[in-house]
Amino acid sequence: MTAATPVMARSIADRLVRTKVDRRRSRVDVFMRSLAFVAAIACVVPLAAVIFYVVINGIAGLNLNLLTKAPRALGIGGGAASAILGSLQMVALATIVAVPVGTLAAVYVNEFARTSTSRVIRFAADVLVGVPSILIGIFVFTFLVLPFKQFNAFAGGIALAVIMIPVIMRTTEEILKLLPGSLREASLALGIPMWRTVLSIVMRTGLTGILTGVMLAVARAFGETAPLLFTALGSRLINVGDFKKPMDALPLFIYNNARQPFAALNQQAWASALLLLIIVLAINVAVRSRSWTRNAA
Amino acid sequence: MTAQTIPAPGSTARRLTGSHRSFSDRAFRSTTALAALAVGLLIVAIGLLLVWNSREAFQEFGLGFIFGTTWDPVKGIYGALPYILGTIFSSVIAIVLAAPIGLMTAIFLAELARRRVAIPLTFLIELLAAIPSVVIGLWGVFVLSPFLGSTVEPFIIRWLGWIPIFAGPSYGIGLFSAGIILTIMILPTIVAISREVITTVPNSQREAMAALGATRWEVVRGAVLPYARSGIIGAVILGLGRALGETMAVTMVIGNAQNIPSRLFDQGQTIASKIATTFNEASIGLQTSALIYLGLILLVITIAMNVLARLLVRRVGSEGART
Repeated sequence: MTAATPVMARSIADRLVRTKVDRRRSRVDVFMRSLAFVAAIACVVPLAAVIFYVVINGIAGLNLNLLTKAPRALGIGGGAASAILGSLQMVALATIVAVPVGTLAAVYVNEFARTSTSRVIRFAADVLVGVPSILIGIFVFTFLVLPFKQFNAFAGGIALAVIMIPVIMRTTEEILKLLPGSLREASLALGIPMWRTVLSIVMRTGLTGILTGVMLAVARAFGETAPLLFTALGSRLINVGDFKKPMDALPLFIYNNARQPFAALNQQAWASALLLLIIVLAINVAVRSRSWTRNAA
Repeated sequence: MTAQTIPAPGSTARRLTGSHRSFSDRAFRSTTALAALAVGLLIVAIGLLLVWNSREAFQEFGLGFIFGTTWDPVKGIYGALPYILGTIFSSVIAIVLAAPIGLMTAIFLAELARRRVAIPLTFLIELLAAIPSVVIGLWGVFVLSPFLGSTVEPFIIRWLGWIPIFAGPSYGIGLFSAGIILTIMILPTIVAISREVITTVPNSQREAMAALGATRWEVVRGAVLPYARSGIIGAVILGLGRALGETMAVTMVIGNAQNIPSRLFDQGQTIASKIATTFNEASIGLQTSALIYLGLILLVITIAMNVLARLLVRRVGSEGART
């Protein structure tokens, strides 16, 4: 298409000067193409606006206090250390659970399963991606919070894992699909058992791609609020390692502080939003820019 | 190259592991099968647990719950209609705005822009999708809503206020704000999938149209869009599915008012925001059960949207492969 365009455009331009009808067609063409350009710009404006305001409002509050202190038990002040530590712990738990489940499911779907079986599981994963995250929160609440009558960080981590699993599975699968069959055949022909072939040859070759998927899922888990509302709940205390107790997370901290009628707390929300945005966008840019430069080349 | 090798791995693996497989291979295979089964069962488990935990409310109100208009924990009467309407209302605003903008953007990226422009733009739109919902909500409640409330909404009320749906008063936060926030959040979905669908349209379609002397836009309108139609509709429905279930950002800007919305600038509540704001304070029993029933309604709607959308998108893909 791209190669043919200049020639096409010139011949059209030559012809278009002739009649009134043609002139109208040419005007419609220019108008619609400009409209498409304006639409594309309109998509980028919110991105710029969100980043701009988060930086402007958050930069002043992004200091050592925010990173190292817990919120004051009473009143205003302190920092977001409890939220930062909580996010790190729960995302770590979620990653530990979701990576093996997601990647192994992808291996089964791509290497072992019948076409019909893999289609069903792929479909289930796609539907799971579309389930609103707040419902994942209720789902985990019903079997990890309700029976124990206690909000807990373990449930929060599991809720995040449920969100990560289908994402990791689908991206891993895309990578496995791209690896040539000769790779597997060469390994099997040497008498290497299937499990070694998959783990040490196939997955090893696709490791960068699989890690890309995992990192994107981690970035998503960092930003999720809704699944944590009824599971980890949030907390004003620093909680390290006690997964039976409530735990705070950065998105929860932002949400709770944004709802307060105190400017100082809103300020903390902006500063934590800046921190969260830096984490999430850094992961995304780092991971995606590789494929971006590859496309551009 | 890749097209030839794709069928090979699965079949080779099956043949080789099928007849004489060792214990470790069998164990490995079972482990992966277990993981896959877990993924498949998750969605079933979500459905079943929501059904089971909403049974109390279901026995009490039956399907009439959907049309009930009161939500009164004191009297123990629960109805879902205000939230269902709030969900539909805000999502419709989002779709009306996001579908044309998203489609035009996809056309720009796939058909009109040079690669040098299209690749970074695509990248930026992917980044927009990566911004956490709560951050967009924070921006919405402190920047966007006040802006809409002080400029856009009075303007619309002044010129269109005689139409009941556009009548005042306006508060900044409310359904309109939620709709705009949702527009921003579903644009990346609509753009990405429409763009993918448009790129699967075979070049012969475009060339045939161009050979008849069509302009660039006429090629898009006459050859590309009709071919990609069902996929684009799928992309829009997928965006709608996202809008219906989006929680945090909407919760922060919709006003959380318990009323049946009738005007664009009313405050309201969606199913998701109702659950987000009241679930933790609800007493275990009928009230929690009613909230889970609400969640079940949302689950059914979003799954239906997703399945429908994926069928539509897949149809274009397979047509493209056949040609």
